[in-house]
Amino acid sequence: MTTTKAPARERTQATGLTGAIKGRLQQLLAFASLIVIYAFFSIVSPFFFSYGNFIAILFSTVVIGTLAIGTTFVIISAGIDLSVGTGMALCAVMSGVFMVNMDLPLALGVPLAVLFGGLMGLVNGINVAILRIPPFIATLAMMLVAEGLALVLSHSTPIYFSDVPGYTDLSTGNLIPNVPNAVLILLVVAIIAGVLLTKSVLGRYTYSIGSNEEATALSGIDVRKWKIAIYAFAGLFTGLAGVMISARLGSAQPATGMGYELQAIAAVVIGGTSLSGGKGSIIGTLIGALIISVLNNGLQIMSIPQEWQNVILGGVILVAVYTDRIRKREA
Amino acid sequence: MRTRKIVAAAAGAVLALSLAACGQGGTSGAGGGPLIAIVSKGFQHQFWQSVKKGAEDEAAAKGARITFVGPPTEKDVEQQVNMLTNELAKSPQALGFAALDSRAAAPLLQQAKSQNIPVVAFDSGVDSDIPVTTVATDNKAAAAEAAKHLSEQIGGQGKVALVVHDQTSLSGKDRRDGFLDWMRQNAPGITVLPPQYGGGDQLESANITKSIISANPDLKGIYAANEGSAIGVIKGVEESGKSGAIKIAGFDSGKAQIDAINSGLMAGAVTQDPLDMGKQLVDAALKAINKEQLPKRIDTAYYWYDKTNINDPKIKAALYQ
Repeated sequence: MTTTKAPARERTQATGLTGAIKGRLQQLLAFASLIVIYAFFSIVSPFFFSYGNFIAILFSTVVIGTLAIGTTFVIISAGIDLSVGTGMALCAVMSGVFMVNMDLPLALGVPLAVLFGGLMGLVNGINVAILRIPPFIATLAMMLVAEGLALVLSHSTPIYFSDVPGYTDLSTGNLIPNVPNAVLILLVVAIIAGVLLTKSVLGRYTYSIGSNEEATALSGIDVRKWKIAIYAFAGLFTGLAGVMISARLGSAQPATGMGYELQAIAAVVIGGTSLSGGKGSIIGTLIGALIISVLNNGLQIMSIPQEWQNVILGGVILVAVYTDRIRKREA
Repeated sequence: MRTRKIVAAAAGAVLALSLAACGQGGTSGAGGGPLIAIVSKGFQHQFWQSVKKGAEDEAAAKGARITFVGPPTEKDVEQQVNMLTNELAKSPQALGFAALDSRAAAPLLQQAKSQNIPVVAFDSGVDSDIPVTTVATDNKAAAAEAAKHLSEQIGGQGKVALVVHDQTSLSGKDRRDGFLDWMRQNAPGITVLPPQYGGGDQLESANITKSIISANPDLKGIYAANEGSAIGVIKGVEESGKSGAIKIAGFDSGKAQIDAINSGLMAGAVTQDPLDMGKQLVDAALKAINKEQLPKRIDTAYYWYDKTNINDPKIKAALYQ
C-alpha cells in the first residue's frame, strides 16, 4: 500500500486543480442531497417545514455532530475511534462527579469534564502510536473501559444536576431567542475545528499522516507525537458531547452512549470523509450529521414505521460510501 | 460527470425508498379519526410489540389512528427525547408516553401542555402532574400474586429468597415490596431472606442464586422479579443440582421462562398483559380527547400462569417468547 502511493505533497500537485474541484464537488453534492431531502419532506408533510421543527432538527444534531467533529480528525488521519459513544457517557458521569459529588462550580466543572475527554483520547493516542495497537482494537478496548467506568463511578444510577444552577442552560438556554445554546455551541466548535483542520499545523499533519504515514515520517515529522495529539484533541469533543448530552437531559445517564460512535462515523462518511484517510472536511461532517437528523425527523413526522426508518438510513450510508469509492477509482 | 450521475441516481433511490415505505404503512388504523402518538420505552422487544398490537387493534376498533415509536434500548434517553420532539411536531390529538427518565422529558411535557395535547402515561409513572392518567400494571399486587403462589407451592413453611433486578427503579421496588408485604402479612411460617439484586443480568442473578443456595441448603423457594433475574435463578438452581427441590416463581415471560415452566423447572410466573396495556392506553387517550374525567391510575391486567393454564388463549396472548 505504501509503495504504490506517492508522497502526500507530490500527490496534491499531480491531481492539481481538478482534484481540488472534485473535493469541493463531493461537499456540494452532500449539501445538495441535504436540500433535496429537506425539500422532499417539506412537500410531503404539512408539519415538517416550520421554524420550530428546523430548530428541533438542529438541536437533535448537537450530540452526534459534536462527536462526529472529533471523529473527523481521527478518520482523516486514517484512524478510527470507537470509544466516543461510551466515552461520552463517562464524561457526562465525570461532569456529575465534579459538579454534583464534589460541588465544583460550573466554570471549573465543565472544562474539567471536557479535559477528561481529552485525557481518554490521550490514552487512545498512546495505545495507538506508542504501543502500536491497531486503532480499531485500542479504541474498542477504551469503549469497554469507559462503559464500565461510567457505571462504576455513578453506581449505575443517573446523576441529576438539579442542584447545579445554570447547567441545563448550557444546552436548553437561549442566548439568542428561540435558539437553544447547544446549537450555538455546536456552530462555534465546528468553526473552530474547521479552521484548525485547514489552517493549523495539527490539521496539516492530520491530512499528511492520513494520506501517507511513511512519507510523513520520512519528511522528519514526529508521527507518533502528532498521532497522540490528534486522538487527544478528538477526545475533547467526546468530553464536550458528554457535557452537552447531560446538560440537555439534566442528568448523566451512565448506561447510554453505546452506538453513538457508529452514528458519528456514519455522519463523517456521509459527509465525504474517506475511511482510508487523507481526505475530508468539517463542513462535510456537519452536513452528514444533518442528513441523518433530517431523515430521522422527517421519516418520523411522516409516520413511517420505525423498522423502515432504519432501512432507509442504512441505504443512505451505503450510497454515500459507494459514491466515495467510485470517486476514488476515478481520481 | 459519472459521479454526478451516480449521486443523482442515489438520491432518487433514497426518495423512492421513502415513498415505498410510506406505501407500506404510515399510520396504523384506517382513514381519519384522531391521531394518538405513542412514544414507548422500547421498540424491538416483544413486550413493546405486544403493547403496540393492543393499541393498534383498539385504535382500529374505535376509528382512531396511532403512531408508535420507541428507542432501540431502554438506555437511550436522548433518542427518546428526540422522538418525543418529533411526535409533538405532528400536533397529535393525544400523546401516550412511557418515560425512560421523567426529568429529561419535563420541558417537552410542558410543551405538550401548552399545545393542549393531553398526555397519558403508560407502563411506569411519569414523575409530573401533566399526564391526565397513568395506565400501568399494579406491580405490588402482581408481586403479591407471585408470593401467594410460591407460598402455596412450599406449603406455607420454610425459607424463601428473592432476586430482584434493582433497588432504584419503581418497578424494582414495587415488585420487591409487594412480595415482602404479602409474605409478612399472610405467611407466618415462611422466613424471607434479605432481597438480593442482580441488575436484571442473567449471569449475575445466576451467581447470586448459587451463593444463596450454598449459604442456605434448606432453601425452599426463590422469587425472581423480572425476566433476566428469572433466567438467572433458573440457571443457578440448575447448576446447584437443586432442580425441582427449590420452587421458583418468576415475573414476565420470554422463551426461557416458558420452557422452564413447561419442563417443571419453574413453578410459574406472573405476567403483565401488554395487549391490555395498549388497549387501555388508547381508550384513556380517546377519553382524554373527549375531555372525559379519568381516574389517576388505570390498572392493567396481570395473570399467574403455570403448567396448568399456560395454553389458555387469554394467557397465551399475554405471553411473549
